[in-house]
Amino acid sequence: MNIFFLIIGMGMCVLVFLCLYRVTFGPNVLNRAAGLSAVGTKTLIILLFMGVIYDRVEMFVDISMVYALLNFLGTLVLAKYIKQSGEVECQL
Amino acid sequence: MPIINIISGLFILAGFFFFFTATLGLLRLPDFYTRLHATGKGDTLAVLYCLIGLAVYHGFNITSVKIIFIAVFMFLAQPTATHAISRAAFGCSFMPWKPEGGAEE
Repeated sequence: MNIFFLIIGMGMCVLVFLCLYRVTFGPNVLNRAAGLSAVGTKTLIILLFMGVIYDRVEMFVDISMVYALLNFLGTLVLAKYIKQSGEVECQL
Repeated sequence: MPIINIISGLFILAGFFFFFTATLGLLRLPDFYTRLHATGKGDTLAVLYCLIGLAVYHGFNITSVKIIFIAVFMFLAQPTATHAISRAAFGCSFMPWKPEGGAEE
């Protein structure tokens, strides 16, 4: 069963790199924020898979919980900052 | 192989499939709102599937309860974050995408 988690985790890493394309070349800062949120969500699952592979899930699950909270708060703060600063250009 | 491994493997494979479709939507769709629609719903469902699969794999103990807590938190937090980003875009009068030769409204 460990090899199954390893293969799925590697596939998830490939998906993270595909999301990094949108973070790097996104047309403006809102696209970058959306891609960053997706990368954070995938990282949470990869952390839990790493915990299963190392057989230390009771430690990794706390790190994953904190990561979920920080990802949520970071996205909220970024959205509020973008809305208030008005520095995004209003076209595609 | 026990039956519980097969059940959790099926859940995690379903989660990986939804992650794949969400990433495909994030890369290929034409507009900011459509991209957000793909990742917002697809990632939420995929996280729920993966976390339920991991909780089933661990049986019933305190770690599994924590994983279920993360699932409930993500189920509340991910749509909220998506809503916040899309409101920030809409407040800047960020117009949705229309097809080239589409019908005019």
